[in-house]
Amino acid sequence: MTAGETSPVLEIRDLTKSFGPVSVLKGVTFSLGPGVILGLAGENGAGKSTLAKCISSQYRPDSGTIRVNGSCFTVPQEFTLIPTLRVYENIFLGRELSRYGFLKKKAMILRAQALLNKVGCTVPPRKMVSDLNVAEKQKIEIAKAFLDRSKLLILDEPTTVLNRMETETLFQILREFREQGGSVIYISHKLEEVRTICDRIVVLRDGVLVADEASGDLSAEEIARRMVGRNLTRIFPPKRPADPGTDEVLRCENVSSGREVLDVSFSLKKGEILGLAGLAGAGRTELAETICGFRRRSGGRIVLNGTAITRPTPDRMLRAGLSYLPEDRQRTAILPDFTLADNLTLSSLSRYTSWGFIREKRCREAAARYMERFRIRAASPDERLGNLSGGNQQKTVIARGLDSSPSVFIFDEPTRGVDVGARGEIYEFIHALAESGVSCLFISSDLEEIIGCCARVLVMREGRIRGELSGDDVNEERIMFLATGVK
Amino acid sequence: MTEVKTMKSERIRRILSYVGGPYMALAVLFLVCACSSDVFLKPDNLLNILRQVSYSGLIALGMTFVIVSGGIDLSVGSLFALCGVCSLLSIRNFTPVQPVAGMSPELCGLLLGGAVCVLTGVIGGLLNGSAVVFGRVPPFIATLGTYSIFRSLALYLADSGTVSTENYTSEPFRPANELLTKIGECEVFGMSLPGLMLIVLTVVLGVLLARTAFGRHVCAVGSSERVARFAGIRTGQVRFLTYVIIGLCVGVSAFLAAGRLGSVSSTNAGLFYELDAIAAVIIGGASMSGGRGTLAGTLAGVLILGILSNILDMWGVAATLQGLVKGLVIIVSVLIQKKG
Ligand SMILES: Nc1ncnc2c1ncn2[C@@H]1O[C@H](COP(=O)(O)OP(=O)(O)OP(=O)(O)O)[C@@H](O)[C@H]1O
Ligand SMILES: [Mg+2]
Repeated sequence: MTAGETSPVLEIRDLTKSFGPVSVLKGVTFSLGPGVILGLAGENGAGKSTLAKCISSQYRPDSGTIRVNGSCFTVPQEFTLIPTLRVYENIFLGRELSRYGFLKKKAMILRAQALLNKVGCTVPPRKMVSDLNVAEKQKIEIAKAFLDRSKLLILDEPTTVLNRMETETLFQILREFREQGGSVIYISHKLEEVRTICDRIVVLRDGVLVADEASGDLSAEEIARRMVGRNLTRIFPPKRPADPGTDEVLRCENVSSGREVLDVSFSLKKGEILGLAGLAGAGRTELAETICGFRRRSGGRIVLNGTAITRPTPDRMLRAGLSYLPEDRQRTAILPDFTLADNLTLSSLSRYTSWGFIREKRCREAAARYMERFRIRAASPDERLGNLSGGNQQKTVIARGLDSSPSVFIFDEPTRGVDVGARGEIYEFIHALAESGVSCLFISSDLEEIIGCCARVLVMREGRIRGELSGDDVNEERIMFLATGVK
Repeated sequence: MTEVKTMKSERIRRILSYVGGPYMALAVLFLVCACSSDVFLKPDNLLNILRQVSYSGLIALGMTFVIVSGGIDLSVGSLFALCGVCSLLSIRNFTPVQPVAGMSPELCGLLLGGAVCVLTGVIGGLLNGSAVVFGRVPPFIATLGTYSIFRSLALYLADSGTVSTENYTSEPFRPANELLTKIGECEVFGMSLPGLMLIVLTVVLGVLLARTAFGRHVCAVGSSERVARFAGIRTGQVRFLTYVIIGLCVGVSAFLAAGRLGSVSSTNAGLFYELDAIAAVIIGGASMSGGRGTLAGTLAGVLILGILSNILDMWGVAATLQGLVKGLVIIVSVLIQKKG
């Protein structure tokens, strides 16, 4: 916008980076002036996070140059908060305020409070990070970015767990930051958001920069087309109407758990996709965790396939036919040091054993099949899962849930960090699953996908179900009304 | 075709990266020893080393499971003493006078002693497992408690002394004990029984850890208990079983040791075995925070420690200084593994 050519904040020339035989970035060149928000789009595994890590010198590029003018701060895709420390301690980690070697605790708490207010986070600074939900953690990661006066901010998928209002707050801050001459690299799969907030958009495909244009010149469809290199058809498959005649598979009666889940009752029909909407902290994840036996239930009854489950534990529920895709992928779903195949078969290992011994070959063949079916991008089934890009990890976890042939599948934010193409695939998958008689509970903060996928939607607020919508009532206005309680 | 091949080689490379280091170190140490002493390579000496390390080595095998699952067991040395004491006491007091079911009294006594020894080990493991899984006491603390409890019980039962044959000559205890000693001394294929047991159990438990669903679950629980639970693994059961396995190993080891000596000292038996076992597991490349480790690696760790103390003896290094060398080896091995 202003004098971008004279003193760029960031200059990248012919950047290449590979991990062993896999080359991830292949000659990326672009520069970024001050006061610009740059959108970075690309499929899962295109190399976005790798590029971000090269800029923040976490990775050393193989060749090419990166010049950063001034300081740079990255909000990484995967959380880096230490769960056993308090919120303010995490914010100041490595940058503690001290005098004569003693920590200035009061000052830090005050600063932290100010930063939290700024990013619209209501968590008290003294709270333990382990007690926070993912949206709160994400906001704290963002707050950390504004502690120092960096010239360049890199946000790697900051809004995957934020709802619309929280996203709007973030945009407000970013615009302020831009006014003050700061530059931002904004990585996201939510293309509409990218178009809204960014001045300029670059698109990576397989590590090659395939587009670099002003955001006004690119429609979301066009970005998606450049990302995958072909035309994308409509992303939501046709809705399946809720059929009242079919059998009930899962019923919750007055289920409560602590103060997070209060008196929740609903029933899920065979082959239905039931949406569960609400703001972050409304108790949706807690409800899911209660149903799948991870949280202690303080009251109520859960009936799965006609039998009441008296003492649910995750393994019992799994064997009773319930799969769960957790929201917090890193902490609850993946073993990064295990291979892709080992992660994928973890819940259903008994299928791959004979005489008690694991048949490695069968595991790998199954993994290879799922890799093809879900288009999971990895060198081989023996690749360490931690090396895969976020979206590909997510697909692997979904595949694991499917591999134990569930009758009910609870998806908690299933498209978190998944690219447009793959997102469409996941929606189609959920539909195909429902088609084949599996009942799905679909939890999401993304209203668009709830509206696009579900014929019936429950809305939660403050631990209770505030309403059930179906048919034409499933629209943004009605859901937001129930979710926030204000018109 | 080629893809399968590359997958295989990838897999082999991964396994090598786990156990390659310890075996390389073992090979280097072996060469150094072979060059610097002409006694070292004598079969007698090698077999002797194998026998010497086998008692704490057997325990290290069980310790591998516990550590890979993210736990620790400090009580093994005390449990070792308790097993031996209980075993010899039951032989002494309950060996039948008449043959039972066609078995001679001494054979009955021996079987009884063996059963009691292994059973005591398993019960000890059950206690540890219960405290950790049902009581939710952190493993370090739980087994620190039982470390004290088991030793105290052993001392009480043996009147703080040694349970042995020398001063107890009544029939039919004596022949039973002689038979026990024969077991301790017996050789199979030129190898001492404990040494053979070590190798056999390494293979059996190695297969259990690397090739079965249970073993995979042990690694998963050690990597992240939360993830394992969400994946539908019975994490409590898995962790419980690792303590039972190590209890079993302690029982077997204690019986073989009792056979070797014909007596068990309640004060000295198994002293510092927990440290030797943990050291061997760590040198063998297991991660102290769980999730990674192999039985083959542990065996290498056991042998490294054994060869080291053997060669230090031969070089005439003061016994008081041997601990220093051992300590250095442990630290250096972990440093190297971190780098690699
Ligand atoms: N440390 C690593 N070792 C080996 N391969 C890696 C490593 N990090 C990333 N990769 C590979 O590099 C590719 C690009 O990964 P990257 O995380 O940059 O993708 P991304 O564009 O951020 O995807 P996503 O949208 O899913 O986050 C992937 O195929 C991944 O498997
Ligand atoms: Mg990424």
